[in-house]
Amino acid sequence: MSRILLGPINRVEGDLDISLELDGSVIREARVNSTLYRGFEQLLVGKPALDALVYAPRICGICSVSQSQASALALAEALQLEAPANGELCRNLMLANESLADLLTHFYLFFMPDFARADYSSASWYPQIARRFQAIKGEAAKTVLPARAQFLHILGLLGGKWPHTLSLQPGGSSKPVRPQERLQLLTLLRSFRNFLEKETFAAPLERINALSSPQELAAWEAEESWQTGDLRTFLHLSRELRLDQLGRGYDHFLSYGNFSLQGQKLLPAGTWNLQEGYQPLDTNAIAEDVSHAWLEEEPARHPRQGSTRPVVEKDEAYSWCKAPRLDGQVMETGALARALVAGQPLLTALVREQGGSVHTRVLARLLELARLLPEMEHWAAALQPEQPFAVHAEEMGSGEGAGLMEAARGSLGHWLRLEKGRITHYQIVAPTTWNFSPRDSQQQPGALEKALAGTQVEDPGRDSVRVQHILRSFDPCMVCTVH
Amino acid sequence: MANLLWLQSGGCGGCTMSLLNAESPDLLTRLEAAGIELLWHPSLSEETGSEVHALLQRILEGELALDFLCLEGAVLQGPQGTGRFHLLGGTGIPMMEWVRQLAEKARYTLAIGSCAAYGGMTSAGINPSEATGLQYEGELPGGLLGSEYRAHSGLPVINVAGCPTHPEWVLETLMELVWDAPDRQRYDAWQRPRLYTDSLVHHGCARNEYYEYKASAEQLGQQGCMMEHLGCLGTQAHADCNTRPWNGQGSCIQGGYPCINCTAPEFEEPRSTFLETPKLAGIPVGLPRDMPKAWFVALASLSKAATPQRLRDNAVAEQLIYPPTIKHKKNN
Repeated sequence: MSRILLGPINRVEGDLDISLELDGSVIREARVNSTLYRGFEQLLVGKPALDALVYAPRICGICSVSQSQASALALAEALQLEAPANGELCRNLMLANESLADLLTHFYLFFMPDFARADYSSASWYPQIARRFQAIKGEAAKTVLPARAQFLHILGLLGGKWPHTLSLQPGGSSKPVRPQERLQLLTLLRSFRNFLEKETFAAPLERINALSSPQELAAWEAEESWQTGDLRTFLHLSRELRLDQLGRGYDHFLSYGNFSLQGQKLLPAGTWNLQEGYQPLDTNAIAEDVSHAWLEEEPARHPRQGSTRPVVEKDEAYSWCKAPRLDGQVMETGALARALVAGQPLLTALVREQGGSVHTRVLARLLELARLLPEMEHWAAALQPEQPFAVHAEEMGSGEGAGLMEAARGSLGHWLRLEKGRITHYQIVAPTTWNFSPRDSQQQPGALEKALAGTQVEDPGRDSVRVQHILRSFDPCMVCTVH
Repeated sequence: MANLLWLQSGGCGGCTMSLLNAESPDLLTRLEAAGIELLWHPSLSEETGSEVHALLQRILEGELALDFLCLEGAVLQGPQGTGRFHLLGGTGIPMMEWVRQLAEKARYTLAIGSCAAYGGMTSAGINPSEATGLQYEGELPGGLLGSEYRAHSGLPVINVAGCPTHPEWVLETLMELVWDAPDRQRYDAWQRPRLYTDSLVHHGCARNEYYEYKASAEQLGQQGCMMEHLGCLGTQAHADCNTRPWNGQGSCIQGGYPCINCTAPEFEEPRSTFLETPKLAGIPVGLPRDMPKAWFVALASLSKAATPQRLRDNAVAEQLIYPPTIKHKKNN
């Protein structure tokens, strides 16, 4: 038995280390430590209600609009505001803009560069992969960065800037769109579609969205060489390296649902597991356990009642991260969970065959890019510049609200209480809080901890690249995790 | 070639995300043009874990000379001064300690964003993590490194403040240091690069006509000037947000939200709320810095009296009600 400590684990940030207990070259157990505590839940208390929308995006510069949206939805419930259609469309467009840029950045800048590491230099595919995906030097980054930056002009237009966009408000958006701006939006979306159809998929998005079974995906893949489009390249690598066998978790998935429009969510809320398939979500069953976090001991509580009080020493603790559970169950969240809860046929069939894995998590992200861009085109087209974009509260009273939605990395919730226009309670459960949670009082490992256990590492003395693939398949966002 | 080490501590990673938004040309081309080699950046570099420790050791042992040390995010001193709110992954050592030691080796030390510069957002409210900036704690000189600190170039910490900071602010600050000899005069009283703080956010504001006539918005989303009622600090905020757009075409004000002066120390704690203009006897407390109050009041009441109906009505509407009138030549 040996023990190793990995970290800083980077891409996106580096505030993470993982301690592994090895049995020979097999990981027996993993402990995931989120190493950064800032205390946003504490600093928000006492602030004026609407100022939450200045602080909340700064919880995370990576999914900053998602934090704003969760906060805006929670405030809307507390203040009983209903955004007009234009306001919802604008918020959806901003959220999708950030999320799609995130999915893209994860694949090209955070996940794929690991295959260009010298560890793989003897593989037949290595020269082409290194040329395309090597960190900083690869040719993909040189085309992805400009495409991403231009795509984010949508947020420049609708929100003034990204990250830390201020125009998302509980009653809609503070930026009315003029007729010429609606046309610019459609143009920017077309330009990004062109990028995806050329570089990422080498196919029209509608063709990708129509692939409804593993057989259809395989047939499409075989139409061209593995170097044609980055989706095919990933499928090839994944098969060569058996990424479908890597990083299996509990196979219990959670989505809060996303993109509300007049009471309907485009992506549904729910849970999904291998035995029962889709189940409706009861958000009252969410509770955060602090048994292994450097936080004052208290029973697992729903975020409506929870608190966050750091302590310096605590015997069992090894992370700043709480352990959220749904009815006591560890849940995995992210693009794969959203697809399963929505009944996406291709991914459902794959997960039924092989469970959640590095392969299915990464594939789900790419497919979501293809799935959502056409929706953005519909939303932009549906904007009516002559109609209102926001409603406003008469006064800031008292109330309680929850904002539950999906950030790129999964289910994000804000729970708040207002008294006489001031915040008296604020709790946040972020996607990576779910995925990278430590153990709970039942000693159940978190989702990543579970996914790492049983993995065979190449060389126990070195940083394992297989471990990197597994943890990056969750796309960790560490600043969010503890906040 | 100059090398650069980028570390993140008590922040949100947003200044890095903003940096990736650099355009025409993109970030990688810009770094290449400036002759800057990334030793390590948490979001971009391949190296992880032990490879990073080895790199940091080489710098600390003097084997590798460090040109630029960039810190993004505030320095976390808590709990109780231990720095344990942020340990550098895999090392068990507070980031605060790593930064202190690396700063001794750097030719230039840069605080990227308002958190690293002054504590910023992370130090808001009760400042739960005991956050501070590198050389300031809010407006107070000192911070982690102390006001006497100088990098090897002789310059104090350079505060590329902003929340987030604009990609061009970072890149131009670096480029200037690569190309020109270090000069203290190029930084303002808060040690921010004058490249962007010699401007006010007010300059180039698309709502300038409303400002001139004091035709003010009363709610977010309305077209009028946001200084009188909605707390806009654009006339006092040092930055070029409205002459150098964000994400192709934006600024907070273009997004319909008042300027919150995010390049300044302590912006995270407004007088009342971000969305209200504090007033005394009906007159905004925070007037443009160099304008005598009596003149401001006189001009404001004069211009209010002269406000055309077009501006008065458009100011409180989301949509344009009256476009500007077209003038015909007399003989047509």
